[in-house]
Amino acid sequence: MSQTATYRVSHLDALEAESIFVMREVVAEFERPVLLFSGGKDSIVMLRLAEKAFAPGRIPFPVMHVDTGHNFAEVLQYRDKRVDELGLNLVVASVPEAIESGLVRELPDGTRNRIQTPVLLAAVEKYRFDALFGGARRDEEKARAKERMFSFRDEFGQWDPKNQRPELWSLYNGRHAPGESIRVFPLSNWTELDVWHYIARERLELPSIYYAHDREVIERDGMVYAVNEFLAARPGETPRIERVRYRTVGDASQTAAVRSDADTVEKVIEEVAATRITERGATRGDDRVSEAAMEDRKREGYF
Amino acid sequence: MSQSVLEPEAAAARGMDLLRFATAGSVDDGKSTLIGRLLYDTKSLFTDQLEAVEAVSAARGDEYTNLALLTDGLRAEREQGITIDVAYRYFATPRRKFIIADTPGHIQYTRNMVTGASTADLALILVDARKGLVEQSRRHAFLCSLLRVPHLVLCVNKMDLVDWDQDVYNEIADEFTSFAAKLDAPDLTVIPISALNGDNIATRSEKSPWYEGPSLLHHLEHVHIASDRNLVDVRFPVQYVIRPQSTTVTDYRGYAGQVASGVLKPGDEVMVLPSGFTSTIAEIDTADGPVAEAFPPMSVTVRLADEIDISRGDMICRPHNAPAVAQDIEAMICWMDESAPLRVGAKYAVKHTTRTARAVVRGMQYRLDVNTLHRDETADELKLNEIGRVKLRTTVPLLADEYRRNRTTGGFILIDETTNRTVAAGMIIEAL
Repeated sequence: MSQTATYRVSHLDALEAESIFVMREVVAEFERPVLLFSGGKDSIVMLRLAEKAFAPGRIPFPVMHVDTGHNFAEVLQYRDKRVDELGLNLVVASVPEAIESGLVRELPDGTRNRIQTPVLLAAVEKYRFDALFGGARRDEEKARAKERMFSFRDEFGQWDPKNQRPELWSLYNGRHAPGESIRVFPLSNWTELDVWHYIARERLELPSIYYAHDREVIERDGMVYAVNEFLAARPGETPRIERVRYRTVGDASQTAAVRSDADTVEKVIEEVAATRITERGATRGDDRVSEAAMEDRKREGYF
Repeated sequence: MSQSVLEPEAAAARGMDLLRFATAGSVDDGKSTLIGRLLYDTKSLFTDQLEAVEAVSAARGDEYTNLALLTDGLRAEREQGITIDVAYRYFATPRRKFIIADTPGHIQYTRNMVTGASTADLALILVDARKGLVEQSRRHAFLCSLLRVPHLVLCVNKMDLVDWDQDVYNEIADEFTSFAAKLDAPDLTVIPISALNGDNIATRSEKSPWYEGPSLLHHLEHVHIASDRNLVDVRFPVQYVIRPQSTTVTDYRGYAGQVASGVLKPGDEVMVLPSGFTSTIAEIDTADGPVAEAFPPMSVTVRLADEIDISRGDMICRPHNAPAVAQDIEAMICWMDESAPLRVGAKYAVKHTTRTARAVVRGMQYRLDVNTLHRDETADELKLNEIGRVKLRTTVPLLADEYRRNRTTGGFILIDETTNRTVAAGMIIEAL
């Protein structure tokens, strides 16, 4: 074994080191960072990285959940449990409350993906957050492939993809004027498979819906949706019990499941490695609207 | 065939490593086709992505499936048929995970290329076998050498269109090799390929029996990058001081950061800059427990035997191997801002490792023409995408090395203090 071989760093270690570096930069340079925590797998990985970055100290920032009100019960329970374990301060930005107060209006189709953006931005303003950690990855979607690690947002929370700051080496420019903010994506260089390998390596607990289970579902537009209080079967759709799991966890009215027997992390890794469809393509009704659906939402201030 | 279905457990157990590479070239050189081919051959291209691209190509009336649409994700890019920004793509084989920084060939070319090359282990340059080297190929190679990308691969593409003529290939390879030698490019590999047909991409092609080198993917999987890291000069820029205020953890004081270079071990005598105080490393912590050694790119927390006043922006190094503590910096600057040029006498914020200072441009030795490498010594400003050698004076010392010796402690960015935009990349030549 040559000498340099002993100084080998695996790809997961390299990704972890990069993400930890990014998180420490933010805490060192910003006044009021916050981490977006939904109880989804990417935010769970992000929270673990935050734990590691500041150990043996506590995570030095609060977490925020933009709650559409369309939640999977398992995910909400997991969120509260994790927040409790780590002794974190949880800020909930509630879409139902915002509908009640008139900040946003319920859309005719009842979906809340788009209307959560003003709710997020109002919370950013209220708490004067200047850096927001998000779990978005560049492999998820082509607009995200062009996103910076430190992504500048103006006072309206807008992203201007044609006017992004060049990002060189690991020198991140977080400067901003009051009212402006930076979205920070520590998992930018991770893929779905990296996330799962990391979950396995760190033995991270996940909400149970990420693993195969029996659920009452209907098929719509080629995707498998759970029948629940947010999504009812339409005439002609026959609910039936199938073995499914969730690849992503979003708004429960718009997130589809995938047929799967993968009930352990190892089996999920096998499945993810073999799949030929992207994570969002397989599960997100909201991305199907147009080729640039994600870019348009990001311009408005979405993550 | 070195087929690349990821065997997750085997790969995780063996520990795949990570290679970052930048691609440069225009659509005409077949760069997007090549990336599409690499993704396809490693099963990293997803059917829904491919279907979406096919549908858009058909709707636009393209004659073939335009794989550039895979990376051109922005509305403006699709509407105008151009690539605006660096796009990052990911693929993996059982040996390695790859991050591609795909830089556009036309718009904001230098700025994007410099950005992509700054973190790259390897740069891939494409030429069309029918056209040979063009101005842009030389410019690519120059920028890669400026950014000290350790490995360079020249892909002579569209070999099928010159009937796999060995003489054509040799002529291009020879010309590029002698040009690269002038640039002091560290490691060069030349590969004849057809991205469209997949020849010499994932496997060696039967069409080039005269070519004895590896396929492109084989080269990417095997090129030795471990020793590109500087494991000699200990440089640990302090990022953040961890001092938990809690009842369970008391008296803990650790210096968090990412190892820029060198190998740190408990018991090592160290010096802290800029103060110059010395101490020894008591322990190197991670959340998973203490480690016996820390080396790049590990993120760790260093604890010292003595209580010294250390804060963010300080640097831990060795008493007999330290960076310069310098306020006068000579550097190559690549200017990246369109709103105003760099001018002698102007002041900027400078970010270097974890340290931020202000700097004034004291003078300009020359502006470099990236096509001819001609030096214009009468120049006194740098416009967007121009490169020049300048002298800076900083408000506080930078703890700096020459960029050619250390990419982490030798690189910096300039920030406009009014607009807060990142306006330049700098590579230190000399720090006094």
